[in-house]
Amino acid sequence: MATGTEPQQNSGGVRTRTRAAIAAPHLRTDRWWLAPAATAAGLLAFVVYSTWRAFANAHYYAAPYVSPFYSPCLAENCRTMRAGPNADLFGSWWGISPAVIILIFPLGFRLTCYYYRKAYYRAFWASPPACAVAEPHRTYTGETRFPLILQNIHRYFFYAALLVAGVLTYDTVLAFRDQHYRWGHMGLGTLVFLANILLIWAYTLSCHSCRHIVGGKLKHFSRHPVRYRAWQFVGRLNARHMQLAWASLLSVALADFYVYLVASGVFDDPRFF
Amino acid sequence: MSSYEARFQVWRGDEQGGGLKDFTVEVNDGEVVLDIVHRLQATQAPDLAVRWNCKAGKCGSCSAEVNGRPRLLCMTRMSVFDRAETITITPLRAFPVIRDLVTDVGFNYQKAREVPAFVPPPGLGPGEYRMFQEDVDRPQEFRKCIECFLCQNTCHVVRDHEENKHAFAGPRYLMRVAELDMHPLDAAAETGLDRGRTAQDDHGLGYCNITKCCTEVCPEGIKITDNALIPLKERAVDRKYDPLVWLGSKIRRRSGA
Amino acid sequence: MSVVDRQEWDVVVVGAGGAGLRAAIEARERGARTAVICKSLFGKAHTVMAEGGIAAAMANANEHDTWQVHFRDTMRGGKFLNQWRMAELHAREAPDRVWELETWGALFDRTKDGRISQRNFGGHEYPRLAHVGDRTGLELIRTLQQKIVALQQEDFQETGDYESRLKVFQECTVTRILKDTASDGGSAAGRVSGVFAYDRETGRFFVLQAPAVVLATGGIGKSFKVTSNSLEYTGDGHALALLAGAPLLNMEFVQFHPTGMVWPPSVKGILVTESVRGDGGVLRNSEDKRFMFDYIPEVFKEKYAESEEEADRWYEDPDHNRRPPELLPRDEVARAINAEVKAGRGSPHGGVFLDVSTRMPAEVVRRRLPSMYHQFKELADVDITAEAMEVGPTCHYVMGGIAVDSDTAAARGVPGLYAAGEVAGGMHGSNRLGGNSLSDLLVFGRRAGRHAAEYARALAHRRPPVDDAQVGAASAEALRPFSAGAEGEAGPRENPYTLHQELQQAMNDLVGIIRREGEMEQALHKLAELRVRARRAGVEGHRQFNPGWHLALDLRNMLLVSECVARAALERTESRGGHTREDHPRMDRAWRNVNLLCTLADPAGGLAATDPARGQIRLTRETTEPIRPDLLALFEKEELVKYLAEEELYE
Repeated sequence: MATGTEPQQNSGGVRTRTRAAIAAPHLRTDRWWLAPAATAAGLLAFVVYSTWRAFANAHYYAAPYVSPFYSPCLAENCRTMRAGPNADLFGSWWGISPAVIILIFPLGFRLTCYYYRKAYYRAFWASPPACAVAEPHRTYTGETRFPLILQNIHRYFFYAALLVAGVLTYDTVLAFRDQHYRWGHMGLGTLVFLANILLIWAYTLSCHSCRHIVGGKLKHFSRHPVRYRAWQFVGRLNARHMQLAWASLLSVALADFYVYLVASGVFDDPRFF
Repeated sequence: MSSYEARFQVWRGDEQGGGLKDFTVEVNDGEVVLDIVHRLQATQAPDLAVRWNCKAGKCGSCSAEVNGRPRLLCMTRMSVFDRAETITITPLRAFPVIRDLVTDVGFNYQKAREVPAFVPPPGLGPGEYRMFQEDVDRPQEFRKCIECFLCQNTCHVVRDHEENKHAFAGPRYLMRVAELDMHPLDAAAETGLDRGRTAQDDHGLGYCNITKCCTEVCPEGIKITDNALIPLKERAVDRKYDPLVWLGSKIRRRSGA
Repeated sequence: MSVVDRQEWDVVVVGAGGAGLRAAIEARERGARTAVICKSLFGKAHTVMAEGGIAAAMANANEHDTWQVHFRDTMRGGKFLNQWRMAELHAREAPDRVWELETWGALFDRTKDGRISQRNFGGHEYPRLAHVGDRTGLELIRTLQQKIVALQQEDFQETGDYESRLKVFQECTVTRILKDTASDGGSAAGRVSGVFAYDRETGRFFVLQAPAVVLATGGIGKSFKVTSNSLEYTGDGHALALLAGAPLLNMEFVQFHPTGMVWPPSVKGILVTESVRGDGGVLRNSEDKRFMFDYIPEVFKEKYAESEEEADRWYEDPDHNRRPPELLPRDEVARAINAEVKAGRGSPHGGVFLDVSTRMPAEVVRRRLPSMYHQFKELADVDITAEAMEVGPTCHYVMGGIAVDSDTAAARGVPGLYAAGEVAGGMHGSNRLGGNSLSDLLVFGRRAGRHAAEYARALAHRRPPVDDAQVGAASAEALRPFSAGAEGEAGPRENPYTLHQELQQAMNDLVGIIRREGEMEQALHKLAELRVRARRAGVEGHRQFNPGWHLALDLRNMLLVSECVARAALERTESRGGHTREDHPRMDRAWRNVNLLCTLADPAGGLAATDPARGQIRLTRETTEPIRPDLLALFEKEELVKYLAEEELYE
């Protein structure tokens, strides 16, 4: 075949032959790459930090605080925490860090979360990297088949996340003790835990699955006034799902880091009373 | 009041080919991009093809891409651009081009036909419909849609993958399914039509990876992803992936019978 | 001559706004194979711009509302020039038309008990407008559009083809109505036989053969410089009817809304809703004076406040204070603004200032006028909580239109031609009430579709043939702009955009909101000049989606319609509703029962227009049919005395 006379290769996407002939994959002139880059950086930082902490299997308890990464603690190799979230479901065969057991649930919740999906599809998969910026993949099937079809199990992780949030609430209550397990005390850590648990709850309840379950699935709000109000409440939180996702991610890391600092003796928890 | 000369690049051509053509054109205070296109037509390029109609952001005709971003030309003010920058206007890049800024949006009309229409409730005559505001609020939001097709254009599922056009209805028509499913009096279920299920089986809901570009470009500010697509996904989960809900509905149906 | 594609249909509907779609639905449901032709994409019609609502006496908000009250309001609004039978049918049938929309999926705003909410509007005695926020027109169009799709889905089930019985030809323009030219001069002659159209996308010509054609093309606002109307409003249906030999009725009545945006240019003409003034917005001139106090007419003196203090108290305490003069009827306000601008006290861009920013805190403005706040913010980058808006009168609606039979919507004089919606005249008399246009579309759209379908069925076996000579002439006419200027005509080739701008400027300045004899004569001369120049309007490029060509073809229609408006306005020596004569400022009872009909002066001679002075339009007067006694009895005698001539009263 003579060179130079073939029709332009049908490269698909915006360069499909029927579409306006524009060579550039996109013509955006703004800094469209900033958002996915920041997202990728933020998520990567958390992954690195949490992997280190989850596998460290140390410095996760400094009475009365237990790191949210290790709560509830479900193996025999957990440190004994007085009145704390110990529940030896796994027994002695579990050899590595007990954090790994429980972290599956919040990790799964966030991994299948509708906001995080957007964040990592854009930031890591570049599918798409930004609006109207061509994605690099040749084919795309979205969430129609394995493994991404599993994203549909988000609501089960939501149920689990409710339980975990319950345990973390319990931990926060325990944080109103002092080092000697006497009630009615507060330290800086108590505040850190309070802030964290509030954000965890706000994030968990603002979940799209939660919004569906409390009322979104109804056809007639008028016949279910209580669920309608619950739906409206969740809806208001849901509008901030992204912000809550980041805030709670940061707060849970900070709470853990705080416990780490205290447990490793970097400084003593400042007590208020 | 001040005016200045702005530099534009406008895509001109047809399905045989084409390219960006340079123009220098006067811009006055308070103008929008569509005003500039009109000035080009009146002074430099009388046959420059562009769709427009109301010029008030209500009809959704003048969809195009300005500096690579899907926009309504009549809703894009010149004041948002730097006077020194060259502004690029191209047709929508997800649809076949017809000429200049005009594309063949037939894909959307075809998909519109594939969504089964509203099913009126049997036994209710005209004038007997009773619906409550809290129930119509949700579908009303979707009915604000002016069908500019910017969401359809920006959605990477079809924009970047021509082959998915067959299987995927696009945000606008998935939203239409959601609208009907949330319509307080739609009787599709009674006729055996499960809209939540068809969203996934017939209209390609699974292709959506909720990256929210449809919401980002919507000139009406409709929360397409949060209020239509995700609720639709959750409804599909109800039908297909939630044994508890499935069991519950079985029991209720039995006890109701 | 190129071969022109031909298709056979039973009913062809020109226009896909509210009236056209309603007509198409009705015709198809009555068994007629129906084609809809529209200039834009399906679902983009000007109907989407309607904000207020659909007027219908459903009595959801006030149980005393009845069709009789609605009829009365409509007649008053139209200053008794309405074709009363249309007003009657409209008032009687509007509720059914609204309820029917619900069965097709429309979602109106609701009352507490779950019925359709109805809101107050100027001129309506009771809250009567079914609405969806401020996007009622969009809801109407979408509902009808989706009903069309539903019917197509039914057809698909049965025939395997979505378009077997109902097809939308989008982005196509009709340039001529074709007629049977049977030479025997019998009843067959002059009947509609189809339409000649071109596809904007490809530029290809085609003919739809059909015994019945419904015109539903909307209004004429694009002939004016400042207008709230969209691109399509070039008076196509009016001109098509004229060219087919049907008369236009009372074309002098053009409604100007007093407050359209005038600045910035991108939004010129877009409406600023009346509720801005109702909620406390005041009008000021460049000297910062609230000038409306100087313009309260004698007859309204007792009803309107004399001082700013009193007017300001009214917003809080309407029972013990008189209304501010900003709330005078639309025509009074429009006139006052016009006078201030002419006196040199206008705003920098030729309007006056409408100010809410100094009258209400920012958050109150945002709460009470959310859509206006956003309209200015997004379209104009103007923050109305911080600065005044510049507003001025804007061309909004034409009451005049194709003269039709009230019951069947059949155009007079051309068998097989029907008209509904804004393109039809008579329904609104000299002035239209807000909310009555959407109900008009539905009521008469349905009637037109029904009668067109019935007429077409009667002719099913003897369809009027299409005359090849007419098709050839129509092709030549449509192609003319490509060869204009090359035929050795006197004068250079003209730019259609320039001609359009000059036409708009002339109509705005000379046949605008306030009319004077001398100016209108001047306008007629200008129109004659433009007409000659429009013959030389030429275009570049080819036929594929060529906006210059489209405009060149639309110019013919705008020029015809503009001449109708100017001639009728010159003839009617009184002021009534949407027609204000500075030299004849009063309403004259002698004109109450006079209709002005426009027809083509020389139907056989084409549009050569060699004689500028004579023009293309001939005007005739006609006395209206007396109002039926039982309808007259709905009014108090004292009221009727103001409108009706003595002899009408004592019949």
